[in-house]
Amino acid sequence: MQLIRCPWCGPREEAEFRYGGQAHVPYPADPSALSDEEWARYVFFRDNPAGPFAERWSHSAGCRRWFNAVRDTVSHEFLAVYRLDEPRPVLP
Amino acid sequence: MSAPFRLPTGGHVDRARPIEFLFDGRVLTGYQGDTLASALLAHGVHRVATSVRLGRPRGVMSAGAEEPNALVQLEKPFPEPMLTATTVELREGLVARGLPGQGRLADEPDPARYDHQHVHCDVLVVGAGPAGLTAALAAARTGARVVLVDERPEAGGSLLGSNELLDHRPAREWIRGVAEELRSLPEVLVLERTTAFGAYDDGFFLALQRRTDHLGVAPETLVRQRVWRIRAKQAVVATGAHERPVVFAGNDRPGILLAASARAYLHRYGVVPGRRVVLFTTNDSAYSAVLDLADAGVRVATVVDARAEGPAERLAECAARGIEVRCGQFVTGTSGADRVAGVEVAAPGGEVTTIPCDALLVSGGWNPVVHLFGQARGTLRYAPALGAYVPAEPLPALRVAGSAAGVPDLAGCVRQGREAGNAAVAAAGFAVAADFPLPVSGARPEEVAGAVLWRVPDGKSLVDGDTRFVDLQRDATVTDVLRATGAGLRSLEHVKRYTTIGTAHDQGKTSGMLAAGIVADELGTDLARGRPTTFRPPYTPVPFAALAGRDRGELHDPVRVTAIHPWHVARGARFENVGQWKRPWYYPLPGESMDTAVLRECRAAREGVAMMDGSTLGKIDLQGPDAGTFLDLLYTTMMSTLKVGRVRYGVMCGVDGMVIDDGTVLRAAEDRWLVTTTTGNAAMVLDWMEEWLQTEWPHLTVFATSVTEHWVTVPLVGPCSREVLAAVAPGLDVGNDAFGFMTWRDTEVAGIPARVCRISFSGELAYEINVKSWYGLALWEALMAAGEPYGITPYGTETMHVLRAEKGYPIIGQDTDGTMTPQDLGMSWAVSKKKADFLGKRSFTRAENLRPDRKQLVGLLPVDPDLVLPEGAQLVGTEHLPEPPVRMLGHVTSSYRSAALGRTFALAVVRSGRERIGSTLYVPVEGRVVPVTVTESVLYDKEGARRDG
Repeated sequence: MQLIRCPWCGPREEAEFRYGGQAHVPYPADPSALSDEEWARYVFFRDNPAGPFAERWSHSAGCRRWFNAVRDTVSHEFLAVYRLDEPRPVLP
Repeated sequence: MSAPFRLPTGGHVDRARPIEFLFDGRVLTGYQGDTLASALLAHGVHRVATSVRLGRPRGVMSAGAEEPNALVQLEKPFPEPMLTATTVELREGLVARGLPGQGRLADEPDPARYDHQHVHCDVLVVGAGPAGLTAALAAARTGARVVLVDERPEAGGSLLGSNELLDHRPAREWIRGVAEELRSLPEVLVLERTTAFGAYDDGFFLALQRRTDHLGVAPETLVRQRVWRIRAKQAVVATGAHERPVVFAGNDRPGILLAASARAYLHRYGVVPGRRVVLFTTNDSAYSAVLDLADAGVRVATVVDARAEGPAERLAECAARGIEVRCGQFVTGTSGADRVAGVEVAAPGGEVTTIPCDALLVSGGWNPVVHLFGQARGTLRYAPALGAYVPAEPLPALRVAGSAAGVPDLAGCVRQGREAGNAAVAAAGFAVAADFPLPVSGARPEEVAGAVLWRVPDGKSLVDGDTRFVDLQRDATVTDVLRATGAGLRSLEHVKRYTTIGTAHDQGKTSGMLAAGIVADELGTDLARGRPTTFRPPYTPVPFAALAGRDRGELHDPVRVTAIHPWHVARGARFENVGQWKRPWYYPLPGESMDTAVLRECRAAREGVAMMDGSTLGKIDLQGPDAGTFLDLLYTTMMSTLKVGRVRYGVMCGVDGMVIDDGTVLRAAEDRWLVTTTTGNAAMVLDWMEEWLQTEWPHLTVFATSVTEHWVTVPLVGPCSREVLAAVAPGLDVGNDAFGFMTWRDTEVAGIPARVCRISFSGELAYEINVKSWYGLALWEALMAAGEPYGITPYGTETMHVLRAEKGYPIIGQDTDGTMTPQDLGMSWAVSKKKADFLGKRSFTRAENLRPDRKQLVGLLPVDPDLVLPEGAQLVGTEHLPEPPVRMLGHVTSSYRSAALGRTFALAVVRSGRERIGSTLYVPVEGRVVPVTVTESVLYDKEGARRDG
């Protein structure tokens, strides 16, 4: 049972959290201006790296706030958590 | 019955408290403090079980959790399968039998209680042996919060099974002193009979505590087993070592025990393994066992030491006791039926001598218990001197100490325990306390290094009937290992799965290292370059009942009921589960079947007046100046133009354009809206709103609050509903002109403040009456009373489903499956063409979503008007099924008997369904293929004439 640090509540057990997929994939400003392929990329395609990955998480059984995290998909280690209005931190 | 192998004195059983028990139908006696195994051995019962594959007799091999052999089935006090006799504490009334391979689960409910408890600590110490005790003491003296868990009934670990001296006194006195000090410290929790069975991320451990079995008869209120959920800043794992056997022909006979286990039976229980004993060893440690047994009066015939040179001092002691020692020799075979009767001994290539005996002790060295460290993903390295894997580097928050780390001697264990305790407590942020003096060990040091010997070299190749067992529980032999390597397997993980070695209840505690060694020898590989198979929880088996804890029966899942629930129960409603809700399904009158009841309820709704408890409908209160804009983005329908006082139906899609929910949206004020959702989707829709509000549209000022439980909602349905409402809402003009469809009014109903909406999910004239939940039952009873002259009929979810299906209204999640668009459902009318964008809009013009052969919602009328098609049945195009694969055109999603239509009907999703209206399709049903006519999805009142009454 991993501990995940919610930016508002501090470290809590992973069972309180919900995974929200890749972060920094904004809803397109004008979907109608996109080609079918561009739109399909937004709807269906996400990165799948082995290593640090910026993800969305929701503290769904706690404060119910969404936040972003950089997690190493190999070790599951959370390298950083940050609020949605903060830029993705630069990691060493 | 006397116990001939119990010494008149000695051991730490309570001889004043004899215990009678039944094993394999025999009445036997033991003492308080015995295990089932020690009590059996006291009676000379070595054979306990029968092996699972070969049916060979198997006996007690160890004195602890590593036991591979002595599996028993408890029958009383409660049936439990697959317990090791070496860990079952003897108690009055115990009825057990040896397992012929597999046990049986109880077929009655377990009356015992189980629960979970959380504990947070600075330092967790696993194991209360010499290293664990000094680690716990070092940590505890700083005032840190320490939890010490140990699987045995009392602290002491390996010391309990010996007669070692510490500080020139029996070790038990030192143990008692440390244990008492730990217990006296307010921040220390000592848990006996508690096995830490899993190490997980971030200092999380699970431990199983056995709390009542040893009491014999325990009060029912006591929790029998508790799973401790431990979160530790730092952990010290001092779990000791398991003695490793050696593989030789016939090594599985009852009467063959690990040497230190035999010593433990002597010192803990006053039980000797036989009258005439042989020892086969590769190291010095096992000599203590036979010297102690000889001193207790057991005839030790021979010590077979695989090393060329034996330990001089110990050899002298053997000589003084008349024990023959043969160095540089091996046990090459055994004889005996249900128990070992003779041992064959030979030097390599030399003559075989047979030595009669009734017990053979074996020691091939020691395997450090690194399971928890391995589970926590610690790196192990091979220690060639030990012939075992040991922790390579400590983990940041987990240290291994004592013989679990490969420390061979008692003095080293207590020293390393104290060091690990200090280091752990310092890492947890405490100032390390002054070092306490370590106890002086009287144990004799090692004289000659132990030899690493996986199996006796016998030069035998693949043979049938191999008795050189590597994993006794799995009946897996050297031949099986060689067959695996011969088949080309190189990885230990593959060999494990091919041979099943290490996959039994004991998870290879005694067999895993042997298999690794034999494979390495066979392949000529270096164990130092490999690694053992992955350690996974649980360390020892954990009953599901303990894992379930209190989450059983009615506590398994919360049950949600509405304010009107007691009335439904009193009325004899049958309920159905919708998520966690209990919803009335139908209300049978005495003697009525479900079909009859539902037809009667449907008829009342279409012809008179009926009502249902719709309170479980999801309700979300949306407030804020941007709520209208937000709803426009969320729903396919235009919502922001809705006027206060009006209601609009809306469909919600994912970005992929597929329908995820539908419901009504009511505008309560300029900046306040009430959104309803499908009962089972309420939480999902609220989450969906929060996700978009927080992650994409934080500039919108909108607050979403679940108010599902705040309101009781009662749809009042049918041609007579207007009269009934008028009777209880005198202040409300119920006329169609004053109170039109899809509008709402605040008024009083039966004197209760109420919000009444003209919404219909049945096509009939209907009012949806909402009051605060507190008044729900009062409202319901008032409506029942007012409707009495009209024969008002309560109806359940089944009737609701029939009524809406007759009108072709889909239920999201029943008639849809996440691949249906609003267009597929025939709801293009609910998709705004004016809005620049909303979730899903862009996907509607994807090529895939424009395919003419998409599945579409249609109605079906079986040609046989009495046939109710099974929901989920497939639709095909031909009356005679061709050879498979048969092309499926769609499936039945809803299917009922209709009172209004006087026949059965169904909804279905069908490829190009709307083009097929009027045509005949076929449904395979229970071996027949029945014809159905495809129709529009709306089957009743197509022109909508009934909704205004």
